[in-house]
Amino acid sequence: MSVETRTKSSVTDAPSSELIRLAGVTKRFGTNTVLDQLDFSVQPGKHVTLIGPSGSGKTTILRLLMTLTKPDEGTITVDGQQLFPAPEKQIREVRKKIGMVFQQFNLFPNMSVLRNITEAPVQVLGMSRDEAEARARELLDLVGLADKCDARPTRLSGGQQQRVAIARALAMRPQVLLLDEVTSALDPELVAGVLDLLRDIARSTDITMLCVTHEMGFARDISDQVLMFDSGRVIESGPPEKIFSDPDQDRTREFLSAVL
Amino acid sequence: MKWDWNAVSDFMPEFWHGLLVTLQILALGSLLSFTLGLVWALLMRTPSRWVRWPVGVVTEFVRNTPLLVQLFFLFYVLPEWGLTFSALATGAFAIGLHYSTYTMQVYRAGIEAVPVGQWEAATALNLPRRRTWTAVILPQAIRRVIPALGNYVIAMLKDTPMLMVITVLEMLGRARLFSQQHFQFTEPLTVIGVAFILISYLASLLLRALERRLVR
Repeated sequence: MSVETRTKSSVTDAPSSELIRLAGVTKRFGTNTVLDQLDFSVQPGKHVTLIGPSGSGKTTILRLLMTLTKPDEGTITVDGQQLFPAPEKQIREVRKKIGMVFQQFNLFPNMSVLRNITEAPVQVLGMSRDEAEARARELLDLVGLADKCDARPTRLSGGQQQRVAIARALAMRPQVLLLDEVTSALDPELVAGVLDLLRDIARSTDITMLCVTHEMGFARDISDQVLMFDSGRVIESGPPEKIFSDPDQDRTREFLSAVL
Repeated sequence: MKWDWNAVSDFMPEFWHGLLVTLQILALGSLLSFTLGLVWALLMRTPSRWVRWPVGVVTEFVRNTPLLVQLFFLFYVLPEWGLTFSALATGAFAIGLHYSTYTMQVYRAGIEAVPVGQWEAATALNLPRRRTWTAVILPQAIRRVIPALGNYVIAMLKDTPMLMVITVLEMLGRARLFSQQHFQFTEPLTVIGVAFILISYLASLLLRALERRLVR
């Protein structure tokens, strides 16, 4: 590649104001096209919420960014570094910038709460155990579970487990936090605590957030931008006030009236 | 038939020797089958089929041929290739190898039973592959399979008398020798029968304790 085209592409394809960029991303499972030529980008520090009916591809986007699955076509760039195809080393570098919280928490049941949080900082970031533990205690304090350090995750309620999972993701100091329907598996009375915590984090940090959720009140509160998905495409996007109050698309209106 | 306590006490010195040998076979066989089975199970998960294929062939072969044939083979054929081991070592190796092809299936099931979300969480945290195995997957998989492994310890115990055919004098070998010399069969055979039950029971207690420790 000549110097000229490289300079040009760095200006047009990945300007520094974009942290995440998906270009022409297609993902199929068998004959089912989950994402169809998707293009979108996210600027650093923004909170983007992905809404839409089940099976519309929202979760797949998070899974692609976390490298849990591969696209069939298209490119994904995070902080100027391309994923798929990329050497293992580069993929690991990109993953360091991204944290993910899962619907089913996915805490490690064979480790204490504290070890769940310190494991990756020690093993991946090379932090000393003392330093990692001090930081883990701070984070547990932040999520309101300072007294649960030594507990096994299975002894905690769903809401508590999810808060530990949030602390575990934050312990890696990610630039991007992916939240995949993080309250869907919780009992209704536990949802508010987790959402309040995420509102706090959204307000008090500059972490970029990509959030798949069915909690429209939460989406309205924290989002800078809402993307409405249908059949693997973004059919509408805009600030939450616009999307929730006066959407352009009938499909969006229909979906919102069904969930609100 | 008459029960003779004197025959029991005459047999006891022989019995202790046999017991020691049986326990040695069982300990070595268990150790080998537990470790080798895990190695097979892990090798079967490598991406390279140049590893999976030979491992699959060898373990299928060992699982589908009789232990007795393997004992004879290892005891009589290996020395022809210049490899000579004691009968006890050969026998323990044969049992361990034979049962490793069963424990490998147990480990495989245990590994597959770890929810995919655990792998995904490890990936999301960027844990190195090796660390994912040693800190996340295997501790959960092994905890699940201990009861099944315990069954194979008992199965191995019950196969230890086969080593008689390669001159290893474990409990049954000692009882048989004693019977042939004294023409008393009831007492020595009853003694070793009770011993087999007691060893099985103690082994299952031990494994249950281990399981509790790991589940904690």
